[in-house]
Amino acid sequence: MPSGESSTVSRGGSPISVPTGDHDDLAQREPPSGSVALRPPLRVTTCGAVDDGKSTLIGRLLFDTRSVPRDQLEAIERASRARGQSEPDLSLLTDGLRAEREQGITIDVAYRYFGTPRRRFIVADAPGHAQYTRNMATAASVADLAILLVDARNGITHQTRRHALIATLMRVPSVVLAVNKLDAIEDPQAVFERVCSAFAELMPADVRAIAPPDIRARFKTIPISALRGDNVVRRSGATGDGPAPRGSTLGWYTGPTLLELLENAEPRAARAMPLRLQVTAVIRPGDGAIAGTGVQARAYGVFILEGRVSVGQEVVILPSGRRSRVASLGLYERSLTYADAPRAVTLTLEHEIDVARGDFIADADRPPEASSSIEADVVWFDRNPLVSGARLIVKQGARSVRAIVERVAHRHDPNQGAVRLESDAASELAENDVGRVWLKTSAPLVFDVYERSRAMGSFILIDRTSTDTVGGGMILQGGVA
Amino acid sequence: MTKIGSSSTPPASAVIADEHDGAPDHLDALESESITIIRETAGAFERPALLFSGGKDSAVLLHLSRKAFYPGPVPFPLLHVDTGHNFGETLAFRDQAARVSGAKLIVRSVEDAIRRGIASEDPGPMPSRNRAQSPTLLDAIAELGLDALIGGARRDEEKARAKERVFSVRDEFGQWDPRNQRPELWRTFNTSLRRGGHMRVFPLSDWTELDVWRYIQREHVELPSLYFAHEREVVERQGRLTPISPFTPLAAGERAQTLTVRFRTVGDLTCTAAIESRATTLEQIIAELEASTTSERGSRLDDRTSEAAMEDRKKEGYF
Repeated sequence: MPSGESSTVSRGGSPISVPTGDHDDLAQREPPSGSVALRPPLRVTTCGAVDDGKSTLIGRLLFDTRSVPRDQLEAIERASRARGQSEPDLSLLTDGLRAEREQGITIDVAYRYFGTPRRRFIVADAPGHAQYTRNMATAASVADLAILLVDARNGITHQTRRHALIATLMRVPSVVLAVNKLDAIEDPQAVFERVCSAFAELMPADVRAIAPPDIRARFKTIPISALRGDNVVRRSGATGDGPAPRGSTLGWYTGPTLLELLENAEPRAARAMPLRLQVTAVIRPGDGAIAGTGVQARAYGVFILEGRVSVGQEVVILPSGRRSRVASLGLYERSLTYADAPRAVTLTLEHEIDVARGDFIADADRPPEASSSIEADVVWFDRNPLVSGARLIVKQGARSVRAIVERVAHRHDPNQGAVRLESDAASELAENDVGRVWLKTSAPLVFDVYERSRAMGSFILIDRTSTDTVGGGMILQGGVA
Repeated sequence: MTKIGSSSTPPASAVIADEHDGAPDHLDALESESITIIRETAGAFERPALLFSGGKDSAVLLHLSRKAFYPGPVPFPLLHVDTGHNFGETLAFRDQAARVSGAKLIVRSVEDAIRRGIASEDPGPMPSRNRAQSPTLLDAIAELGLDALIGGARRDEEKARAKERVFSVRDEFGQWDPRNQRPELWRTFNTSLRRGGHMRVFPLSDWTELDVWRYIQREHVELPSLYFAHEREVVERQGRLTPISPFTPLAAGERAQTLTVRFRTVGDLTCTAAIESRATTLEQIIAELEASTTSERGSRLDDRTSEAAMEDRKKEGYF
């Protein structure tokens, strides 16, 4: 859909105009009073090294937006008092597992839900320990925005670089560098500026090379104190929404607060993609005919990954390459003339052709690529290294194929940039490494490159013996099969 | 015994383009993710089942399952672990909802499991059968050969649940290992299982309590009458309004009151507290929740035993 085009949604009362595509202008407008937030929620992830204050920051966001229920607040006040702390420890709101509270660290991704009158948010708190990089990748893979937290006292660290690399590789649409704990140091303004320029300078050569200019332009910087709440929801030193009084620690900062950055973030690049959907269920109606359509035999439960599907549209089924037209479209008892991504619907095709669960259906004029030889960036999670010759399962949504690792081309080093590896049998990726590999698959993979589509360009790697998820992949190109 | 939400008009089966055409909104996005997760479960596993308690979250799950496979039937059975301490309204609703959906209902009883010696009753007065549910469920999984259980748990309910995966692996002892969970990237789920293990699937992971209620309102999902304000005999215990029943009788010195109440969350009679409310319609319930300052499970006695009560029960195979 072209940017700025609107569709009309009726919710019992007066029609509300919802812009689709580019959301820039919407963020500046106030929502209609009394309405439920209409847009899908913004998915946010926080990352940074251990002790940078991620859990405290999320606790602060929840607390200052009044999203913490009274009984939960009372529970953390009790727990904080029991440990001899006078102020409630806001990090206790997200550290949910017993081991986490005992060790004072975050082990696993925790999800929190909150909203303001302008927007709803799903926040994934990703742990900072190096061995839990996989959880950061998990959160970043679906994130619309990443908050990269830096402790002002330590500046840019190895972990900051690693997380910036993963956020960039995974094409998180917006990244905010939040310099935290500025209340704890002398001359915070100079330190903040030093950290920001260090970040720009020290961003791994690799990240700079792979990040197209539009992604780099989306890195935003902000000075905060999660502990005191400065510039998180409230302006530094301010008691209400007014400007900061003179002399407050971060009063020199005049940009938007973190919450304002979140409220105004674009969920993803506004780019019209051709239709891509995947068959997730083959539905056989009990009585043989689909009510109201006259179509016999089978319907398909599908998930629209990109673009729009319309009744009458010419489509191609992949990997078979057969063509048909959309005969009917709907969900439950409702018929639809068209539907937009991301959406689950049920459809029928004009021709009775063999379509299986996991198959892709696409715009017949602009189909995705298909290849049995793939180059991809892989984030590796397993304790055992990824080596050439390894046999794995590649899964894309509802479709699994077998794969052999043909070559581990190189490893991305967060400190030194791309490190070329010898392309021999000894090349490997260790746990938490990010690298470039070539895969050969037992059947063609159907894809668009990851840069164009996170949904069509990603896959997970499954170990056939342990059944564990051992890696995540982002497709760069298909090769000669 | 059952009650339809305030607006009881069935959804129009119009053939013209309707209000849901166009850009998906918040509820469309949640619904679409959940339907895709349910379809993935039905397609990837040999014998899945939907855990159906008759509560609001499982009512939404059943509704989503019907939508996912329409015009075909719901392709898996409903499983209820009956503690024997349920509200009569819940059981009547359970039976009626199962009948309407056309799905097969399988009931396994905690009392039965206690009689057979595979589960035991907690000691003391007003025993909770919360812990006894887990062995009963694991026994049913083994007996029926189930490899995936779809449940209505949401991450916003509780701190341990906030760390739960959508597809969450259980070993043959039904144990959850929170420190060794599979990463879930993008929307591709690993549905592989090791021998003897099974999968717990949570399609409502990203829904909040208010999302559930707004969806119930939009979709005209039927609910047990317990969720709507009604007169009931209750007794105040530790600041909570406990319904008086054969399982929770009035103790000496206690005074029963008849109040206008409703239930925000429905579990066993022994662990569910009522809240004072005049909300008799979905609109009123949603308005009440929007103004509420306490959490949903604040009225659940089973979560208040300790800071890590839910985490400990989940490790043993609890839902």
